[in-house]
Amino acid sequence: MTLLSRLAETARLMVGMPDYNAYCRHVASHHPDRTPMTRAEFFRNRQQARYGSGGGRCC
Amino acid sequence: MTRHLPWIALALVGAASFGVVATVRGEPVNALWIVAAAVSVYLVAYRYYALFIARAVMGIDPARPTPAVRRADGLDYVATDRRVLFGHHFAAIAGAGPLVGPVLAAQMGYLPGTLWILAGVVLAGAIQDFMILFISMRRDGKSLGELVRMEMGAIPGTIALVGAFAIMVIILAVLALIVVRALAESPWGLFTVIATVPLAMLMGAYTRWIRPGAIGEVSIIGFIGLIAAIVFGQSVAESAFWAPLFTLTPVQLCFGLIAYGAIASLLPVWLLLAPRDYLSTFLKIGAIAALAIGIVVLAPPLRMPALTQFAFTGTGPVWAGPLFPFLFITIACGAVSGFHALISSGTTPKLIASEGDAPFIGYGAMLMESAVAIMALIAASILDPGIYFAMNAPAAITGGDPATAAAAITAMGFPISADALATTAREVGETTIVSRAGGAPTLAVAMAEIFSNVLGGPGMKAFWYHFAILFEALFILTAVDAGTRSGRFMLQDLLGLASPRFKETSSFLPGLVATLICVAAWGFFLYQGVTDPLGGVNTLWPLFGISNQMLAAVALMLATVVLFRMKRDRFAWVTIVPAAWLVLCTGTAGLMKLFHPDPKVGFLAHANVFSDAVARGELLKPAKSMAEMSRIVFNDRIDAALCALFLGVVAAILVYTVRTCFAARRISRPSVTEIPPALELAR
Repeated sequence: MTLLSRLAETARLMVGMPDYNAYCRHVASHHPDRTPMTRAEFFRNRQQARYGSGGGRCC
Repeated sequence: MTRHLPWIALALVGAASFGVVATVRGEPVNALWIVAAAVSVYLVAYRYYALFIARAVMGIDPARPTPAVRRADGLDYVATDRRVLFGHHFAAIAGAGPLVGPVLAAQMGYLPGTLWILAGVVLAGAIQDFMILFISMRRDGKSLGELVRMEMGAIPGTIALVGAFAIMVIILAVLALIVVRALAESPWGLFTVIATVPLAMLMGAYTRWIRPGAIGEVSIIGFIGLIAAIVFGQSVAESAFWAPLFTLTPVQLCFGLIAYGAIASLLPVWLLLAPRDYLSTFLKIGAIAALAIGIVVLAPPLRMPALTQFAFTGTGPVWAGPLFPFLFITIACGAVSGFHALISSGTTPKLIASEGDAPFIGYGAMLMESAVAIMALIAASILDPGIYFAMNAPAAITGGDPATAAAAITAMGFPISADALATTAREVGETTIVSRAGGAPTLAVAMAEIFSNVLGGPGMKAFWYHFAILFEALFILTAVDAGTRSGRFMLQDLLGLASPRFKETSSFLPGLVATLICVAAWGFFLYQGVTDPLGGVNTLWPLFGISNQMLAAVALMLATVVLFRMKRDRFAWVTIVPAAWLVLCTGTAGLMKLFHPDPKVGFLAHANVFSDAVARGELLKPAKSMAEMSRIVFNDRIDAALCALFLGVVAAILVYTVRTCFAARRISRPSVTEIPPALELAR
């Protein structure tokens, strides 16, 4: 992983967005029968998961 | 032995720096001495203490599968590179707390705060974060409430949940109060903050429909919008038509914020909360980095004395009360923050790739937050003490205008002229800086001082001041929105124990009711703080500190129970010592806030002064009517009740902790409810 891509990944995870490619790899290796979410669906799913419950932030 | 030599050298550098910081009197100490002392302490503590805890106390096993490995789903459970996870964890724990607390604590001089931040983080704060991360990591990433229930029982679990909700209410009130103090009577500041609402909605629509997932792109667009809003804000402040529209009194702002909190927390998350969180998170990280670079490049001298007279008398204007215990609750975040227990048992344990990463994430990220607190303390201490006290003393002392403020602050022993106060206000583009309590404006003046010296010169001061205010207000408003949502879910959980209908988090009505209760609760404390003649910070910040440290005490007591149940009693001092210290601090502070005879410190004494006056039919300032007098008495009693609730929570958890520890000692084998390695491997 290059420094730039790691920084981008860090920035995305800071706002609760995990790596989409890692997700696709996981689905392909563990659940080959399932179709992974598209990038847009994945984004909405994670956004709702992070903010829907309100938590995850300090004073 | 040779591998220890560099560390011994580092320890000597740290000790020498401390020597300078602690002993030089009469001439200004350079801020870099504090930086050098702090960095040495952090590195040595991490290298020796964190690794000792990992290896000897916890028995970290890098081969043992973490939740991210065992339950990998590519969504919530993802084994993550430790550097990436460090950023995630740090962004989640560092908020307004470590920036504001040290600024308020600077009234006693820079030395007590510095020593407490460093000792507190190494021996208490980082231990708490690390232990809770470890405990949660061994239990599938369960939350703090569930962990207490699993290890100590259902009743302490519920007690901890009630405590966590009360803390949430106080945090939201105190954060909102900081925003009110920073934005009242400041058209420039208010305009830029209001402008972020449509800006965030635009970003929300962009990520929803135009380019889903393009977080980087939309954040850059948003950032350009923010800068434009700051620049344009100056014209708004100078316009005869627009300036009055954006000039609100504290009470108007208070109701505006309450309405905002209620509406924002009911909107879909993609519209406002998520996009603004992108902006506030990246701005926060950027501003913290810029502040660090600024301090190192500028190497400013500290103008605040090492110790002011208030460290000895306990009669400081910013907050009242003696050094022990009040300094230790004023600086919560940065030294030890109970709120982190909720983060360390939140998303981070589900993302950690190996147990071996836990010291770096759990202990390391907290050291980083402590460094932020040190920077805030330095920032407050490089200002002229006269300006610091004029900004942070309440209007009851300063009289509210430069001439009376200069006289009052000079009389305290910090000479300042009315001219200097007016000039500082003009330079940062405000009408006044007198009695802008709450810490945020002070920090903004200091940041403007540092940034303009490094970049842009004095002409840029006003821009940097409003940049700093915007950055603080932005992440506080995000926290108000997100916090109201979490408070709502906590409340639904609690009410669900009584009436199962409330548990339906997806249906509209219970959610609406819980949201309104939550907003009303923090709104009550906010209104009380805004109308308080002593500025509100004096009342609310100690309550916040007590509640936050109380949660830390609960977390450390849980960690103690876990160590006993793991049959690692001989190492339990690692958590017993900080837990005992926090129980002592919060206990003493809580009892003082309740029963102290000085009405500036004790809630009940203050209530008695006013209720006696009511009985005599006499009006006391600032009340203007008998109804207001009665309201002050009522508020004091509510504050006292809340304080008593916090004390009750600590006492109850303490009793359960002792009982559970003794029960664990009677059993000859470990009795923790960890997921055993064999089961972990079975998938």
